Amino acid sequence: MYSKGTKRKFSGSADTATDDKAMAASYSLQRQSLLDMSLIKLQLCHMLVEPNLCRSVLIANTVRQIQEEMTHDGSWQVVTEAFSSPSHGPSDRLVATEVLCRSPVLEQQGGGPKLYSVMGYNGCREEEVVTDKALCSVAVGDGAPALLLGTIGHCWDRAELRVAEVEAGVSEDSLSGSGDEEETRCREGTKLATGQVFGMFEIKNSPPGSDPALEELFSDVDASYYDLDTMLTGIQSTPKMGPYDLLDSLASSHGPTSNSTCRADLNELDHIMEIIVGS
Amino acid sequence: MGEDAENSKLNHSFLRDYVTEADVISTVEFNHTGDLLATGDKGGRVVIFQRETESKGEVEEVGETGESGEYNVYSTFQSHEPDFDYLKSLEIEEKINKIRWLPRQNAAHFLLSTNDKTIKLWKVSERDKRPEGYNLKDEEGRMKDMSTVTSLQVPVLKPTDLMVEVRPRRVFSNGHTYHVNSISVNSDGETYLSADDLRINMWHLGITDRSFNIVDIKPANMEELTEVITAAEFHPHHCHLLVYSSSKGTLRLCDMRASALCDHHAKLFEEPEDPGSRSFFSEIVSSVSDVKFSHSGRYLLTRDYLTAKVWDLHMEKGPVETYQVHEYLRSKLCSLYENDCIFDKFECVWNSSDSVIMTGAYNSFFRMFDRETGRGVTLEAWRETSKPRAVLRTRRVYTGGKRRRGDVGVDSLDFTKKILHMAWHPEENIIAIAATNNLYIFQDRVNTETQGQD
Repeated sequence: MYSKGTKRKFSGSADTATDDKAMAASYSLQRQSLLDMSLIKLQLCHMLVEPNLCRSVLIANTVRQIQEEMTHDGSWQVVTEAFSSPSHGPSDRLVATEVLCRSPVLEQQGGGPKLYSVMGYNGCREEEVVTDKALCSVAVGDGAPALLLGTIGHCWDRAELRVAEVEAGVSEDSLSGSGDEEETRCREGTKLATGQVFGMFEIKNSPPGSDPALEELFSDVDASYYDLDTMLTGIQSTPKMGPYDLLDSLASSHGPTSNSTCRADLNELDHIMEIIVGS
Repeated sequence: MGEDAENSKLNHSFLRDYVTEADVISTVEFNHTGDLLATGDKGGRVVIFQRETESKGEVEEVGETGESGEYNVYSTFQSHEPDFDYLKSLEIEEKINKIRWLPRQNAAHFLLSTNDKTIKLWKVSERDKRPEGYNLKDEEGRMKDMSTVTSLQVPVLKPTDLMVEVRPRRVFSNGHTYHVNSISVNSDGETYLSADDLRINMWHLGITDRSFNIVDIKPANMEELTEVITAAEFHPHHCHLLVYSSSKGTLRLCDMRASALCDHHAKLFEEPEDPGSRSFFSEIVSSVSDVKFSHSGRYLLTRDYLTAKVWDLHMEKGPVETYQVHEYLRSKLCSLYENDCIFDKFECVWNSSDSVIMTGAYNSFFRMFDRETGRGVTLEAWRETSKPRAVLRTRRVYTGGKRRRGDVGVDSLDFTKKILHMAWHPEENIIAIAATNNLYIFQDRVNTETQGQD
């Protein structure tokens, strides 16, 4: 059923491209559902009796295999699927996160820089949280890798502006107290802020130097990639968009904040996200 | 009152299901003569059956062997109890994973039984005489009133009803961190091995507080774990050789003379993967669920999810024979993954002459393959279709072509009725098939007209 080696018939017609695309989409959808199933199986191992190690190892190997494959060739299709098919459950958020983090870069480019892979469901959840953080506030922080700032900082200018506008639109509270400081920063689209996003992202998500896909993403980023319009449009098309929901909840629950309390709130958000996603 | 009735109905059905679950047979094994057949179940019980001998001079049909071949209950005992690991806060199941008989040395029979953690040696002995005529005690064991004793007598042994006594002789505990999946008695008659997911230990039958670790595949970092041990067995004749199978479909032959820790195999048996049929389930279906040496010691029989393979010990690059057990399931692997059936561990067995191999399948079906002709047959172990002494009909799963009457469609297969455990008599064509709660014993009735099971 998921045989990777199945040959596709070359019909030679103009429809070939569409057929191939449809098949590829269906394959990746099936693969995604297999991944979800496997992750659920692994999670449900907390029983009274010690779980069967052989079964767990085999499922974990399957998950690893899927992730490897998604890293190598199929990942961008997942992004496509996120736009076209509303799904539910943790995988929804997984996909959504990738969209936000990575952008429709690859959808447009059709195979540009590799997406950093879905490293593991743990990685994904945290990735998601970081993204939310990025959206809701940009705190001054430490440890933002300097080299990141240079490469991608300028690219996010426009993105930052738009994000700030969205934030402002959704809620005033989250921005008011943190200030003018943050607003200004957002409006100016500073490199520092941007670096912060990826800084936090990197700290949270990957052990040092372990994600070639991530580095690759950073290495050949281009201004044209970040078409926020497309991104936002895409986001709105999927009803259960996590980050926006969170923005709302954040707005309502948090008053004016300083940087440090904002970070504390983000830790709380972290915690909430973990519960929602069901770690 | 209505509420109570409902509650009692609920409670009752819960109890019934619970009892049934404990009766599920989890292992079957003949002893070395085939006179005794032991079964272990999920509830930790062992039931031993004994073959009836033709006594009293009953005359049967011409061509029949001397024994009637019927197995009746000989003894039942509770081998393992549910336990609790306080350190990990996990229950230890009492389910009997394996039973192995020791070669007979005296009048008593010995068997090893194991659950996930503890192996026990049991002595099964008969008592059909008892001493009578004690001077100091009466028949019930009470002290006699000395005034009634007028003369001395010598106690004599008198025949009584047969009593089968089963006593635990050794308990081999704390040898395994992971779940024990195999035990195998060595041909030296003194040692045996026990294998769990990551380690294989060798024990001396007389020593319970120590064991030697002979194979250890646990990685330093458990996150790097990708392969586990699924089965292990000693060579039937060479006491220094053992084989173990893995979840990646490999077999490793180890020679204990080479080193104390057999992490390095003497031979590695692995079939190269067919790139054309690669899928996400390739590894799972290649995982070996059982491995058995042939009686000759020349071949190995392995079972993975879809096939049974015969390997020649002298050829490591691939099996010499491959038998498709239920190839029609290949297109259903996703569903079988979803309902966990893909992780079912089927056993496989040789017949006495190593000319036929047998293994189980779903829908109460089991398959036999004749190695000479390469042909396979499907049989069913199901109460409703087989009456005692009826000849088994062959069954067929419909996979295309002309449909015959009695063919079963792939989608109508009952995946809850799995034949996982079975045994073949060491000398005759008698097989024992465990089908959930039930034990079926089939025999080859050789007479002038029919060839028995066809």
